[in-house]
Amino acid sequence: MAIFLDANSKVIVQGMTGSEGMKHTTRMLASGTQIVGGVNPRKAGEQVAFPGEVTVPVFGGVREAMEATGANVSVIFVPAAFTKAAVIEAVDAGIPLAIVITEGVAVKDTAEFFTYATQSGTTRLIGPNCPGLISPGAANAGIIPADISGPGRIGLVSKSGTLTYQMMFELRDFGFSTAVGIGGDPIIGTTHIDCLEAFQNDPDTDAIVMIGEIGGDAEERAAAYIAEHVTKPVVGYVAGFTAPEGKTMGHAGAIVSGSSGTAQAKKEALEAAGVKVGRTPSETANLMREIMQRLRAG
Amino acid sequence: MDLFEYQARDVFEQHGVPVLGGRIATTPAQARAAAEEIGAKSGGVTVVKAQVKTGGRGKAGGVKVAKSADEAEQYAGQILGMDIKGHTVKTVMIAQGARIAEEYYFSILLDRANRSYLAMCSKEGGMDIEQLAVERPEALAKIAVDPIVGIDEAKAREIVDAAGFPDADKPALINVIRRLWDVYAGEDATLVEVNPLVKTEDGEIIALDGKVSIDGNSAFRHPEHEAFVDHSKTDPLEVLAIERDLNYVKLDGDVGIIGNGAGLVMSTLDVVAYAGEEFTRADGTHPKPANFLDIGGGANAEVMAAGLDIIFEDPQVKAVFVNVFGGITACDAVADGIVQAYAILKGHGKAPKPLVVRLDGNNADKGRQILDEAGLPKLERVDTMDGAARRVAELAAAVA
Repeated sequence: MAIFLDANSKVIVQGMTGSEGMKHTTRMLASGTQIVGGVNPRKAGEQVAFPGEVTVPVFGGVREAMEATGANVSVIFVPAAFTKAAVIEAVDAGIPLAIVITEGVAVKDTAEFFTYATQSGTTRLIGPNCPGLISPGAANAGIIPADISGPGRIGLVSKSGTLTYQMMFELRDFGFSTAVGIGGDPIIGTTHIDCLEAFQNDPDTDAIVMIGEIGGDAEERAAAYIAEHVTKPVVGYVAGFTAPEGKTMGHAGAIVSGSSGTAQAKKEALEAAGVKVGRTPSETANLMREIMQRLRAG
Repeated sequence: MDLFEYQARDVFEQHGVPVLGGRIATTPAQARAAAEEIGAKSGGVTVVKAQVKTGGRGKAGGVKVAKSADEAEQYAGQILGMDIKGHTVKTVMIAQGARIAEEYYFSILLDRANRSYLAMCSKEGGMDIEQLAVERPEALAKIAVDPIVGIDEAKAREIVDAAGFPDADKPALINVIRRLWDVYAGEDATLVEVNPLVKTEDGEIIALDGKVSIDGNSAFRHPEHEAFVDHSKTDPLEVLAIERDLNYVKLDGDVGIIGNGAGLVMSTLDVVAYAGEEFTRADGTHPKPANFLDIGGGANAEVMAAGLDIIFEDPQVKAVFVNVFGGITACDAVADGIVQAYAILKGHGKAPKPLVVRLDGNNADKGRQILDEAGLPKLERVDTMDGAARRVAELAAAVA
């Protein structure tokens, strides 16, 4: 098992025929993911060839693709200006999981399509502006490189793509049940708390790494959730201690506003909830390594 | 992107929010001319207001009521050039005077926690709203706004009811609140704040001040927002980075930082700052990050070279740290970019600065090999992030 995505997941790609869509569909296929279709109304009916003698059919819409293939996951690569329409189409079709990789989505669009998805009650959103998620050895929905780490029993949730990769690399000797990149935009579909809850309930996850960064108070709320609901060991890392006030640090949501959203406040909240927080990614990985070694020995 | 008050005033006016006359001036003489025109509608009285993107300008002496054009000129002379919390006043707005009966507060903002919008409203405006929220939370109405529905008639009524306005004032307030929602939605704002929203002695509701923040990601449907970009404030290296489509923030330290991915670069700044604490120069200073520079996912050699070139251009930089974990980005492309940046530097007849490179992940072996074979002067490879941060701090500390 894993969370949100497993070997039985059937994945379609909205925007598969674009350059990013093609590149990453190739990689997802190479890592063994069941990619059952692409969506592009202008190329409906075509078959797209991928390396390894694989062809993937293109459908005119998400509903049509789901009816024809039984798809239950959509990965969305369409440009930012069209992302809202793509998500709404996926929600209308009732897809259980939609992963929005696209970066630079206007927050008004995200607020609207997130509200729409929530009100529909059928669709979990991950992202936007995220690397997606991978359950190593089972399926890969997004752009996380599949060769960094194999399967294992650590769950990872992170706002940052490259820190996800870095942490998977550091802990590749233990491997991961699922690694989820939730994205660093001000509004995101799936939060740290959603992932913590899912990892807590996943029998194949023994411990959780949680990576946060400056901006908002998602980490503080996650800390409160951990104190109340999470019994599995959690190790944390927060990026942005040296970020100046009022400057956006790459991610649209990564900004310290006045005295709120600081890395120090997040670290303190996590530590108060009993989470060990590393000063660097490597130190964080070592904290998790100690936990996993103890669990193995125990 | 935050707007200046005068820009917010103009945007309000375009959306039908009642505002008073206002004109900007960058010299005392312009202020006098503006006051003569604007003041004609308010018995010669105008308000000279410093245009800075920070709060607390009233306390700092950046807002003055002028009873005549002479006074407006005199006050503009005092306020222009003033420093308010590190912001130099380059522009003042000469605003029409108002006879204020009551001061209220209204805002619409992005509610990250609830992934929605929030409207806040109070009968007690004019003061620091964060203070009010702490001291008398019951005086500040907070109403959730559905992003799809927005603020319609019913929602606006809910807001004014919750804030406890008298019935006689409600229709005018509802009208203004709905127009402020038009500003929020129509301009892709993440914040619209009016403090104070006033009732004049004539009973009119007017937005006397305005704070508007606009979502940079909405630029694709707002070409007109380009006019709001304040080029005068931006650091020259930040301008160069924008031209090259790089995500760069200038900081005040001396270790140049370049990496891929916002989270990893933020983390690199922290790790370098920690490592810097171990090394103290003769003058007591420690190495600290000089910048944030994210070359992004999937960066090619040209992007890497363009980024490194900007860092080499920064006279404050004493040593440079390239920290790349290749996910989508291929480390051999990064290495090629470093070799190119050295060639550009050589072409300009400049000497390289000490450079520490850590490459891991996708094609790391190839990338390391390219660097080793290129034999670039002052370049060192260190294979762990923490070790590389320590080394670059040591090298930067050795430079006086």
